[in-house]
Amino acid sequence: MNGIRYVAVAGQVVVVAAGAPLLTGWMRQVRARLEGRAGAGVFQPWRDTRKLLRKEPITPVGTGPAFRAAPALLVATTVVAAALVPLLSTDTPVSGHADLIVVVALIALGTLALALAGLDTGTAFGGMGASREMTVAALVEPTILLSVFALSIPAGTTNIPAIVSGAVHQPARLASPAGLLAVAALAVAVLAETGRIPVDNPSTHLELTMIHEAMVLEYAGPDLALVELGAQMRLTLLLGLLSSLFVPWGIATGVSWAALAVALVAFAAKLLLLGAVLATAEVFWAKVRLFRVPELLAGSFLLALLAVTASYFLNGAS
Amino acid sequence: MSVIPAALATATGLGGAGALAGLGLPRGLRVPVAGVLTAGVGAAGCAAGVAALGGSRWTAYCSGLLPLAGAHVAVDALAGLFMAVAGAVVAAVAVYGIGYAAGHGARGLGSRTAQAVLPLFALTLVLVPVAASVSTFLLLWELMALSSLLLVLAEHRERPSVRQAGVWYAVMTHLGLMLLLAGLAWFAGQAGGETFAALRAGAHGISSTVRGTVFVLVALAFTSKAGTLPLHAWLPLAHPEAPSPVSALMSTAMVNLGIYGVVRTGFDLLGGGPPWWWLGLLAVGGISAVYGILQAAMASDLKRLLAYSTSENMGLVLIGIGASGLFASYGNRPLAALALVAALLHVVNHAAFKALLFCAAGSVLRATGLRDLDRLGGLRARMPATAGFFALAALGAVALPPGNGFISEWLLLQSVIHGLQVPGVAVAVVLPLAVALIALSAGIAAAVFVKALGVGFFARPRDERAAEAREAPPLMLAGMGLLAVGIAALAVVPGLLGDGLDRAVGAAGLPGSGALTGGGLKVRLADISARLSPLWVVAALTAAILLAVALPRVHGRRRRRVNARLWDCGGGAPTPRMAYTATSFAEPLQRVFDDVLAPEQDVDVTPVRESAYLVERVRFQHRVPDRIEHRLYEPVLGFLAGAGRAARRLAGGSVHLYLGYGFAGLVVLMSVLAVGW
Repeated sequence: MNGIRYVAVAGQVVVVAAGAPLLTGWMRQVRARLEGRAGAGVFQPWRDTRKLLRKEPITPVGTGPAFRAAPALLVATTVVAAALVPLLSTDTPVSGHADLIVVVALIALGTLALALAGLDTGTAFGGMGASREMTVAALVEPTILLSVFALSIPAGTTNIPAIVSGAVHQPARLASPAGLLAVAALAVAVLAETGRIPVDNPSTHLELTMIHEAMVLEYAGPDLALVELGAQMRLTLLLGLLSSLFVPWGIATGVSWAALAVALVAFAAKLLLLGAVLATAEVFWAKVRLFRVPELLAGSFLLALLAVTASYFLNGAS
Repeated sequence: MSVIPAALATATGLGGAGALAGLGLPRGLRVPVAGVLTAGVGAAGCAAGVAALGGSRWTAYCSGLLPLAGAHVAVDALAGLFMAVAGAVVAAVAVYGIGYAAGHGARGLGSRTAQAVLPLFALTLVLVPVAASVSTFLLLWELMALSSLLLVLAEHRERPSVRQAGVWYAVMTHLGLMLLLAGLAWFAGQAGGETFAALRAGAHGISSTVRGTVFVLVALAFTSKAGTLPLHAWLPLAHPEAPSPVSALMSTAMVNLGIYGVVRTGFDLLGGGPPWWWLGLLAVGGISAVYGILQAAMASDLKRLLAYSTSENMGLVLIGIGASGLFASYGNRPLAALALVAALLHVVNHAAFKALLFCAAGSVLRATGLRDLDRLGGLRARMPATAGFFALAALGAVALPPGNGFISEWLLLQSVIHGLQVPGVAVAVVLPLAVALIALSAGIAAAVFVKALGVGFFARPRDERAAEAREAPPLMLAGMGLLAVGIAALAVVPGLLGDGLDRAVGAAGLPGSGALTGGGLKVRLADISARLSPLWVVAALTAAILLAVALPRVHGRRRRRVNARLWDCGGGAPTPRMAYTATSFAEPLQRVFDDVLAPEQDVDVTPVRESAYLVERVRFQHRVPDRIEHRLYEPVLGFLAGAGRAARRLAGGSVHLYLGYGFAGLVVLMSVLAVGW
């Protein structure tokens, strides 16, 4: 039965890599419809990626190895994280090593690589994007780790498959105040980490507001395709992580083809729903001023701290 | 004859020979000979330390070496760990130092004094953990402080700021010595003996008030040496001004000895204590970690940035030590051992990456004469090896995989997270905060090192001197290469250190936890199932990178990469002045932490004389001073200066007055003696 386990890991990676552009297309389509536009269709990000991959690779003069390596590193960290996080199955060959702190750190590594690439161009935009991105990242990290802390207290471990399968078998854990507070905190952190409204606007090129786009302005062709794919995969992965942690039902906890198929369907449904909710929210929200973002993050940090304290007192009493 | 005494004797001999060589040899020979001998001191010290980590122990007593008490020496695994780290760093930095000093001529580090003192400093770094009595320890400690002070002052002819830094360092280090002397002497007096064995035996019979006071005094002294708040002010002043190899040694091997002191006295000699000791250490560590890294984020002086980062890392280590003591005081010894392993591993990791960072900063300084990040840039093309070394060490410092710092921070987080098994309201309140502080410092550290690497080494040069930089000479690169190999080994196979760390923790009085095992990294505790294999992470990342690189190749038609102009939103060719500087990079973070950092801004507008509306000159000044330095020390300094001025009136120049003082003094003395006090 070991074959299924390997298929499960490969499946997670493939689903994230291939599904990421579709999820982005779906979210854009939902937004377009809500704004009264026809939209470009769900497959447009796919078509964009294919088009970019066919163009000639370009190196701007004055950039160095960091600029060249960053897109591949961004995608690579996301792929490794996607293999670790239990999206389809909690029982995989790597599940023993699927530590939540490692996943958070891998995602941060991708952010850092892109920020270095932004600085490497030596343009004002690159530096600006890198500076803003690192500021947000520095403030997001404590929130994520504290939510992790809150979640790992009832499970007694930071191993994600253990947390998830524990939650599948004991749903009461999720409905506890600690769980809900942690969801709220982690959701804000995910919005910040993936560069969505209200922290960053993914569809703007306006210099006053952009964070992520400013860093990657110099990329073109296949490099840009990788950067875009990396960003889309991170969104998929983090939404998937959120769904695995807080709505874990459907994820295969054993080894059988049927469970895996159910997990795939459930995962797709959860992501489509989450994506639609996020896209709808983005239609009604405005982007927050850059210097109001820390207040938002501080709020989510506080929620995470409350989650930990609540988790401790609720679990410690029993 | 066992390895340890032989290696220690070799180290002492080489250190003495090095000092003589530094004093006696002519200029051309001085630097290489003293450097090689210093490297020998390091290698011998490292060998002794590794032997001790391997399980050998050694004690000796030389009655004739010191008057009255004699010299007690002992080597156990805890001492061995710090000796091995110090020795390894000394050996690599000494090789680097030969190349560094050779370019300087007879001044600075190449001078007769500096070359004679350097081997002695190296020797004391290796020998301090060997001391096994209060007098021996204090003597070596003071020798270390004095020799490092002389080395800090090595470049005093070049820059006047060196002198100020030297005065600060001298005062602070001796303040620390006074606290240490008071604490240890009182401890020895109460315990009825000054050897560590007597202290260990007598510690349980001492009243808790005395134990607490001793711990506070000693911990203050040692944390000041480790560069953590509130007595950290010497560190960001002295480290940038010292020659780079010296900063590398001070920022790794010397601050480590502060940690050694805390562990040795807190766990081993005093045998643990009540929770408030450890909560205090945790608080000091947490505040230092965040405050240090925030100051590093604001610093645009590369070496000052690294010095503040040392303050941060030592803060993290103190969090581990504090957590360990806290768990031990509540009786959870396996978890206490795990936390201490994490702290000690972080000491090792920090020594490796910080030494390399300082060495790389030193080569930049030597090649360009600049420490100011705002004026550097573009060095990756001109100094590729140095830039590569800096990047490798920075990866260790940001605590992200696959860097070496990640592993110890991961262990630290694991031990703190699982610490909630320990009952107690204090634990429940403090540990979440500790996690938050560790995470916040890790997050800001990422921004700090992106700034240092991205602004300092990438983009384009902002100064002519940076544009004309040349790669460091081979010996400097060799020294950095040694450190880089160490970092890579620590990052990929930290498990090799496992048994040694277990023994070191055992020597501190906590049973080993088996936290690290050979090859991979595994935490094995009753209720914890956490695993991490750095080797696998590296392998997986490499495979994924290859996959990502292959993707465009498979899909698109294969083409050569084409060079093109930077687009910059159509703005045309950007000049270096348009690039982000370190100051502008840190500006958003500075705004976020405005209340903590309290930056000072000054706008000076000078209008033309005829009209208030025409401006002749606008001067803008902006700086982020070390707030604690100002708030805490300036009042004290002001008071001392005032007292000095007031005391001047006592000596008015009148002979009658002086005779009066003498007479009054005699009368008071006589009456005190007569009363028989």
